[in-house]
Amino acid sequence: MTGEPLVVNVGPQHPSTHGVFRMKLTLDGERIVDCEMIMGYLHRSMEKLAEERSWTQNIPFTDRTDYLAAMTGNLAYCLAVEKLASIEVPPRAHFIRTIMAELQRIASHCMAIGTFVNDCGAWHTPLMYMLREREKVLDLFELACGARLTTNYMRIGGVARDLPPEFLPRLRAFVQEMPQRIREYEELLVENEIIVARARGIGVLPADKAIAYSVSGPMLRGSGVAWDIRKADPYAAYDRVEFDIPVGTHGDCYDRFLVRLAEMRQSVRILEQALDMIPPGPVQTPVPLALRPPPGEAYGRIESPRGELGFYVVSDGGPSPFRFHIRPPSLINLTPLPEMVRGLTVADAIITLGSVDIVVGEVDR
Amino acid sequence: MATRRLSGLELAHRIDASLPGAVVDANPEWVEVDPGRVAEVGLLLRDDPQLDLRFLTCLTAVDRLDHFEVVYHMQSLRHNHLGVMKAKLWNREDPELPSVVTVWPGATLQEREAYDLMGIRFRGHPNLRRLFLWEGFPGHPLRKDWLGMPGGRMPGLEAFPGEPQWRGEGRG
Repeated sequence: MTGEPLVVNVGPQHPSTHGVFRMKLTLDGERIVDCEMIMGYLHRSMEKLAEERSWTQNIPFTDRTDYLAAMTGNLAYCLAVEKLASIEVPPRAHFIRTIMAELQRIASHCMAIGTFVNDCGAWHTPLMYMLREREKVLDLFELACGARLTTNYMRIGGVARDLPPEFLPRLRAFVQEMPQRIREYEELLVENEIIVARARGIGVLPADKAIAYSVSGPMLRGSGVAWDIRKADPYAAYDRVEFDIPVGTHGDCYDRFLVRLAEMRQSVRILEQALDMIPPGPVQTPVPLALRPPPGEAYGRIESPRGELGFYVVSDGGPSPFRFHIRPPSLINLTPLPEMVRGLTVADAIITLGSVDIVVGEVDR
Repeated sequence: MATRRLSGLELAHRIDASLPGAVVDANPEWVEVDPGRVAEVGLLLRDDPQLDLRFLTCLTAVDRLDHFEVVYHMQSLRHNHLGVMKAKLWNREDPELPSVVTVWPGATLQEREAYDLMGIRFRGHPNLRRLFLWEGFPGHPLRKDWLGMPGGRMPGLEAFPGEPQWRGEGRG
């Protein structure tokens, strides 16, 4: 029996949409027959604004695209400009960048897993545990650059300033503590009945579809594709550290959750190695504030916590970018969402969206 | 090992062998193709086992003042190489080219973004509507001529303070 289709708006103001994002679901009974994504509520036209500012002035914008992973945003932009202007980065800065990017990954995945299990119905307790660890990462950021969320720490040619003397000992303490914490999360969540019942077999994205839809990051790896820019196209100091790429098997919400959890462990592994290998020396190549890269274009990309974050920058030799395009993993990872939620119930659509792990600041820019 | 950048000349050679006349220009960085044939060329690049460019990394458009450029960054996960394809649209009034959604479904939202902000029309896109701005928004803001400045200037910095071209406090 089919009744009249019912339209349900999830969002834009709804806690499960992780920002101001709207899913317009068309239901037949309890099943979703169509999903329309409506976005742009947080559009700040960063790409246009960036054409008005100098190359260095644009770094703070990259904090505010993906505001849960400011360090990786900074890093991707600086890599693109360094490529464009052929600027070498000193080895110590490479390691500081790697450390910051991995700390950011831990913080971001804490938030992603915490809100995901929240969506599943494990109400707030796991999230609070995750926020406790995220707080420690933010404390480290504060120590290094004075800011917790919008860090603005990377510079073209290196990082803004060297680490304070107490940073590395505190990082070492964090790295020693974190494996125990991750074990706690695993004991609490991996075989948790709520999570398994809610997430297994839901929101399945097969590997070939994931590639066709240009999905990247933990979502692509959850579908079983071992693709990680840190390994495939190494930047910073990733070619000097060892780590594995965790992959899923079924491509469902549960696999994406497991991949994120496993990636946190790998991040700790990278941090351990970076701590032992970080060389002394300068942290920034002197770059003129009035930087005028030669005419040309460059595409710089990194593996951000959400996937492939790329910056396509075009210079006409002037003081500001001629074109500044952000390749946002959050937006592109949403492409297959309507297909993934078709046939599910509203409650399952919400955890599917949660497992994609979007940051609306990056979707809309 | 780092991702190998495919030379535009190599791509041009491959495209020429199967689709004569589709290549307009090529240099070591990218290959420029006939805008009317991007979907055909995309299909070839995706399905050629030697190229295997199955992952459309980044699709965007650039306003080059006298023309628009649509830029495709394509990645092969198997061979780990990256190719760049461009199409130039000289009709500023109505820039249009075929959509590549049928080749790479990952272009769906990226083409909508390019339409919304740059005003490029992708023929054959299943749902070519504005992505971020509302229907009825005047113009396409990433175009260079969207915001007219006094004296016919374009937005953007002309020079840094202290440089000879610098003109006063504000940016005009």
